[in-house]
Formats: sequence, C-alpha cells, structure tokens
Amino acid sequence: MKEPQIIVIGNGMVGYKFCEKLRSKTSSFNLIVFGEEPRRAYDRVHLSEYFNGKTADDLSLSTENWYQEQNITLFLNNPIVKIDRELQKVYTASGLDYHYDILVFATGSGAFVPNIPGIEKEGVFVYRTIEDLDLISGYAKKAKTASVIGGGLLGLEAAKALIDLGIEKTSIIEFAPRLMPRQIDAAGSDMLKSKLADLGLQIHLNKNTTSIEGDGRITALKFSDDTALDVDMLVISAGIKPRDELAKACGIEVGPRGGIVVDQKMQTNDPAIFAIGECALYDGMIYGLIAPGYEMAEVLAANLCEGEKTFTGFDMSTKLKLIGIDVASFGDNFITEPDCRTIIFENKHKGVYKRINVSNDGQYLLGGILIGDATAYNLLLQTSNNRVVLPENPEELILGTRGGSESAGGAGITGLPDSALICSCEGVSKGDICAAVADGSCENIDDLKKCTKAGTGCGGCLPMVKDLMTYTLKSQGKYIKNVICEHFNYSRQELFDLIHIHELKSYDAVLDALGKNDGCEVCKPLVSSLLASLWNEMILKKGNDVAQDSNDRFLANIQKGGSYSVVPRVPGGEITPDKLIVIGEVAKKYNLYTKITGGQRIDMFGAHLNDLPIIWEELIAAGFESGHAYGKGLRTVKSCVGSTWCRFGLHDSVSFAIRIEERYRGIRAPHKFKSAVSGCIRECAEAQSKDFGIIATEKGWNLYVCGNGGSKPQHALLLATDLDSETCIKYIDRFLMFYIRTADPLTRTATWLNKMEGGIDYLRNVIINDSLGMAAQWENEIENLIASYKCEWKEAVENPAIRKRFSHFVNAPEDKDPTIEFVEMRGQKRTAEWKTV
Amino acid sequence: MNEQSNWLAACRVEDAIENGGVCVKHGEDQIALFYFTRRNEWYATQNECPHKKQMALSRGMIGSTTDEPKVACPFHKKTFSLSTGECLSGDECAIKTYPVKIENGTVYIGTTPKS
Repeated sequence: MKEPQIIVIGNGMVGYKFCEKLRSKTSSFNLIVFGEEPRRAYDRVHLSEYFNGKTADDLSLSTENWYQEQNITLFLNNPIVKIDRELQKVYTASGLDYHYDILVFATGSGAFVPNIPGIEKEGVFVYRTIEDLDLISGYAKKAKTASVIGGGLLGLEAAKALIDLGIEKTSIIEFAPRLMPRQIDAAGSDMLKSKLADLGLQIHLNKNTTSIEGDGRITALKFSDDTALDVDMLVISAGIKPRDELAKACGIEVGPRGGIVVDQKMQTNDPAIFAIGECALYDGMIYGLIAPGYEMAEVLAANLCEGEKTFTGFDMSTKLKLIGIDVASFGDNFITEPDCRTIIFENKHKGVYKRINVSNDGQYLLGGILIGDATAYNLLLQTSNNRVVLPENPEELILGTRGGSESAGGAGITGLPDSALICSCEGVSKGDICAAVADGSCENIDDLKKCTKAGTGCGGCLPMVKDLMTYTLKSQGKYIKNVICEHFNYSRQELFDLIHIHELKSYDAVLDALGKNDGCEVCKPLVSSLLASLWNEMILKKGNDVAQDSNDRFLANIQKGGSYSVVPRVPGGEITPDKLIVIGEVAKKYNLYTKITGGQRIDMFGAHLNDLPIIWEELIAAGFESGHAYGKGLRTVKSCVGSTWCRFGLHDSVSFAIRIEERYRGIRAPHKFKSAVSGCIRECAEAQSKDFGIIATEKGWNLYVCGNGGSKPQHALLLATDLDSETCIKYIDRFLMFYIRTADPLTRTATWLNKMEGGIDYLRNVIINDSLGMAAQWENEIENLIASYKCEWKEAVENPAIRKRFSHFVNAPEDKDPTIEFVEMRGQKRTAEWKTV
Repeated sequence: MNEQSNWLAACRVEDAIENGGVCVKHGEDQIALFYFTRRNEWYATQNECPHKKQMALSRGMIGSTTDEPKVACPFHKKTFSLSTGECLSGDECAIKTYPVKIENGTVYIGTTPKS
C-alpha cells in the first residue's frame, strides 16, 4: 500500500522539530521537506553566536545524513511558489510538482520592514538568516557607526552583533518609551538602558524614524522630532511578519494582521493543511518564541499518529542573556496593583532590578521581571506555573534568606511537584527527569539530554536539570562519579593515586593497567599531566610524546595558520639589556613577530616547526630557558619593582617573585597557574587576580589564593597574613600540591575553590592547620618535583631522536610547511586570516 | 576494492611515529600518515583539517571511540574517523582517506583517495 505523503514547507527550527517528532513516533508517511534557504535547519535562537566564532555548521540542528537516515526527502534552495488545493499539489521554484495528502506550513516569519522612505538604500539590512549576517559582516568592515531600529529582543541581539563586529558607535532606536516593551516594565527598561549605556550602546527611546538619508547609500536617519543621527549602516529589527503569502494566495484563511489561522490541532480551514510555528495564528496570537513552536510541532505530530493533543496557548516566559546582561520575565509580568501586590528590589550600583507580583492573599506568585541577575528565574517560573504556595516572606525569593536561617521554605527544587515543566522547549517535566535518573538509565548530563531531550533546545534549563539529577542521585545514596572518558572509569583524583601506587611511568602502561581500548584526546593529555605531576620526567619521552596535547607535544604554542610562538622564561619580569638584545636578534633572524605578554615577558610569534630547535639553541646559549607558556603549569610570577627602587616599596618584591618562579617552574598541574608579588598595598603587580598572589605588609607578606582573570574574573581570597618568606613558601607548597592532587581536569584554582565544600575556611584549615595531616607528605612531594626540574627545551635540542620530530614533512625534513602565510602589519608580520569565511 | 596504480613511497616504517602521525609531502599536497601501533594498523588521510583549513591533522592525537579509530585536530579538537574520514564531531565535513601498504619496511600510500 502506498504511504500517505506529507509535504512540509519550510526547513526552519520548527519544521525540523516536526520531522524529528514525527519520525520518533512512526516511520510511515512519505515525508518531503522544501526549504527556501540553501542550508539545513539551523539554530536561529543563537544566531548572534555566528559572530563569536560559531560556524554555520556549529549552528546546524542536524547532520548531513540525518534526513537520509530518517527517510526524509529534503530539498534546499527550492521554495514552493504555488499550491493547488483542488489537485492537492505544490509547485516548486525549480518547476517540479508534488502531490500531498497532508500539507504543513512551517514557513516561519520574515523581518517586518517598516515603510520608511529610503529603506531601499545600500547599507540597510535585516537580521534574520545566516545570509543576512554574512551581508552585515561584509558591510560592517567599512562602517564606523551603526543603528538598529527596534529595541526588542532581536534588536538587542542585533546590536550585540554589531558591537562584536567592531563597530565603534552602535545605537538602538526604539519607537516605544521603553526597551523590550513586551517583556519588561519602565523601571526595568531604565536599568537595562543604563547597563547597555555602560557598554557603549546609545539608546534612543520615543524615536520615530521618518526617513533614511543618503545618496544611494545610507548616511543618516531623520526622526519625527526633527533630530537626525549620522550612521554608516542600519539594521532593521522592528518585529516579525508571518510568512503567510503562499497560504493567502491559495485561499487559506489568514488573520487581518497576518498569520495562518489554526485551531487547537494546528489545522487550517482546509482539513488537509496545517500550520505550525511563527507562521501560525492561534487565538489571535503569533507565538514568536521557540518553545511554543516546538509544542505546536509536537501537537501536530502526535495527532497525525492518532494521538489526542491540543495546543491551548503557551507560557511566554523568557530568560536570556543580552550582551552579558540577564533579562527575564515570567508569568503575568505586567499585572499591577490593585490586582496584585508587587515586591520590587532595585540596586542601581550593581545594575540589578527584580520585581515579583504576588497574589493579594500572599499565597501565590503571579509573575515577575528580572534584570541584571536572573539566577532565580527557573525557580520563580516553576513556583508561579505550579502554583506552589509561597513562603511567609516571599521577598526571600529575590533577596535570598536573611539572618542565617537555612531554608526559604516551600521554594527550592524539592518543593516542586513532579508535573513541573522544567524544559519548556522539549516539554520535559521534573518527574520525567527524576525518573530517568532514578531508573538508572542516566547518570550524567549527556545521557540525560539524549534520553529525555531536556536542555537540548535553548539550554536555559540546564542548571536546574543538573541540580535535579544530582538531587535524585544523592537521594538514592549514589556517589556521583566523575569519570574521565570511555577509556578510564575513574575520576582524575582516583587515577592520580592509582598511577602513584602502581608506579606507572608511561601513557601506554597506564592504559594497559587501568584503562581500556586505545585512549583518546581527552584521557591522553590528562594522563600525561598526571605523569608529569608525579614523576616530572621529560614529557617527550618516546611513547609519551604522542599522548601530549598539541602545545606540549612541540613545546610551543600553535597559532592560527600552523606556526608556533616562543616564550623564554623571564623570572619576575626582570631581564638584562644583553638578554633583551638576544631576543631582538633571534626574532629578527627568524623573522618573528614580537609582543610583550600580560605576564611580563616577550612572546615571539610565527616560528616554523622546523625552526623551533635552532631558535631555542640560540636562546639557551644566551642563558634563557623554557617559559612553559605551552604547558598546564606555572606561567609567570609578575612583580612590581618593589623596595629596590620604589619610594613606597616595603620589601623586595622582584627578588621574591624570582625565587618563587624558579621554585615552581615546570611543575605540571590540572591547569595553568599564575602568580604575582606586589611590594606594597598599592598592588601594582595585580597579585589578587592570580592563582596565588603575595602582597608585602609592614610585617611580612600577605598570601592570597584562588584568584583568576580571564573570562570569569574572581578576586583572590586572603589565606594568611604577615608571613615571613619561609612560611609563605611552605603554605604555597601545600596549596599547590593539594590543588594538583584534587582538582578536576582543566580546572583553575578559582573554580576548584568554588566547588570545595567549606570554601576558603576549609582550605585555610587544610593548609595552615594541616587538618588532613597531609602537609609533610605534600612538602616532600613538591621538593622532589623541584629537585628534578630540567629545562625541557635543553633536553629536546640535545636529544637527536626528539629533535628529529621538529620537521613538518617526514619525507622532506628540510622543507617548511608551504601553506603558512604571513601578511605585513605595522612593520611586523602577522598570520593570514583563517581561509574559511 | 579500490584500484590503486599510484603508490607513493612515503617513508621507512621506523621514520613513522608510533601511535601518532607524520606529514607526507606529495607534490603540492600533504597527507597525514598514522601508525596506530596499539592496533597494529596504518591510516592515511588528508593533512588539512576542513574546519579551519589548517595543515594540522598529522600533529593530532589519535585514539578511538567505541571501536572507531579517530584523530583529533590540534586546533579545535574536531575528531575524524581514520577509517572512513567521517567527522565525528557532528559536522558535515569529511576528510579524504588513502590506502596504506607496507613492503620491505617501506610505507606506501595509495594516492587515489578511498573516500
């Protein structure tokens, strides 16, 4: 018997989700999809990440083979141009026609472009597809100023994209008196506006654009209040317009302001035709979010398989991070007195605004708005959706508990009913998640994502999904095991002890004794790091060389294009004029780009693999040694000039920094670690941003630990005060060994401390009071590491077998990689751009 | 079976790196050659990682997932099957793979790709 044929028009997120949902329920139906865009369905929600280095492939929702594997015929770049409802046929742009038994519109929406004179000018864009983004990024190269029309969710995303593209001045033009008028109130908008202004975004509210000026190409905007703004480019993001033109043309009912009218089963006025996603108009409303679109896909797929599901509207709560700022709204966000009681918390200093609307009897949470800090969002949403009875002091929901009392009563994941919808994109409840964990099928977040699909849409619920998983595992008395990968069923800490006990010295020996199969790029560098932390042998010893991460493998940092950078150690940042001259001469001789690093040393970029040994030979001859910039170990110990020159200096910070850098150089750890020594409280060496930092006091040194710069800056915490130099070093010894032995892979000291139960007080007790009784052993272990230090580069250049590996071609050892290209910039070379778009 | 008429003498067995890769020059082309000693297998693929078009795969770590032999690009850790060339990191770009044979201690690569 011939299968009934379903044709889906549109290959966006909702169209894709419909195919996935349908195929998960049945393999019957011939399924044919027509897409207008040239690529498979991609994640439009995270479109702006395209400018942060994500590729079109990264954003793609499926693999190339997926459609084939699912027995779905996919036509890309081939829009449907006409529908004949009598014959039940669709006609494609390429001239083909196909019969349908069931037709599904998943045509989505296009950008709404207001009819402003001059809108056709060059330099005016919409923000909707990857192609739009390519056009924007191409034009942005020659633009210095840009505007976005529309201060809604998408407009702010577009503004962020323009900032990411390096536009110097970006502004947002909004017709309404506030930003994100659908989600947040006036006070929330004020807070958001001031935070965006801090980031350099200009916000113009109450602005009605009357014309776009310029001779062929945009140069300025004019507004109804007779003001004007000079801009080089403009992105329109003033709302969406359902793509209903095809439906309308074949006589299907559409709403007065657009949208294909559907009922609770997503059916149009033609019983063979359905619409889902942003093109569908249900109960007078277009649902411009992904979660309701997915729900529509589910309803339709279920009903086609003889299920009984209906769409009855959808919670429009949202949480997002806009340019690093949390913005969330949930439930009835705009309800005001006297229909409710509002509780508002505002902190202009930190840029936080929180509002919750509570029922007049104080029993229930009706809705709210969060700006600047949305950590409570998931819990508040659940509390509101599930009508969880509020605690006595509902303000604790946004302020946290006060006065040390433990629970906020009623709230928290344990208080939620099993029916609580945790992942609204995929419709997964608390009960589903807990059941999947409890029956033993999922013990980690990846399994859980695969098995329940929770957290695979927007990802906003993942923290709560993780908490539920941990909570369920713990309530079953299960130890939550943090295994390395499929080859080692151990945590890093367990493996450290096992390698130690069994005295294993090579990666293969570890794999044979403790692991299985062939290893991978996860366990190889991890085991190599443990071997180095334990035995401190030459890391490129035969067999271990191929288990090193790429930078360790060649003792240099691989850079864009495939060349390497070279960083000699400059302890404490102190260097003689003669050594400076050597660096200059070597850089000149091998045509290297030079730059001063953040850690007070000099980085030489653009070295060919073949040249590394000879470069290092020259550097070593001049008294340099490896700076380990490539390794997960000590990087630099920065210092200020200290009491030897500075009129404020209390102690000789440079000498102490050199002593510390030479003490811990070359020691491998779970991640890189940095240090600094400041000669007085003015803190010129920025020691409080380091993994361990030392600041001189009148009486000695203050020792700070677990600070971090980088993407998530964190101030170091004071571990001990007024130490003499020997005690300070003793504490650092213990601190480092405790970290090396117990941190998870690739975890900096700051994160390690954040996860430590008891926090800094516990750490202080371990380090200073020796509460674990390990101090003597750790001091002994680190002494062994220090005593066995050798310069890796010296060993490498002196060992012919290792040196031989520093050539690009095995069959032409003298030839360098001819594909490496450099271009000139400010009198030096730089690497050519990635060859991909 | 793949008909090979062009075999490139790439290197001696002892020049290859055990459980790792080397890069073989083939005219303007670059081929990554892997000696998977642990499995006693040889593999050859294009040296260029299709993700960012970098000549880097021969410097990548090799290993396996379930039983599939793979290499991880040193740049962004995209992984590719050594046997089929398929990208295992969920991307659509596959890499070319070439046949390898050993005769009298010399490693030969068939320069017509298998895939």
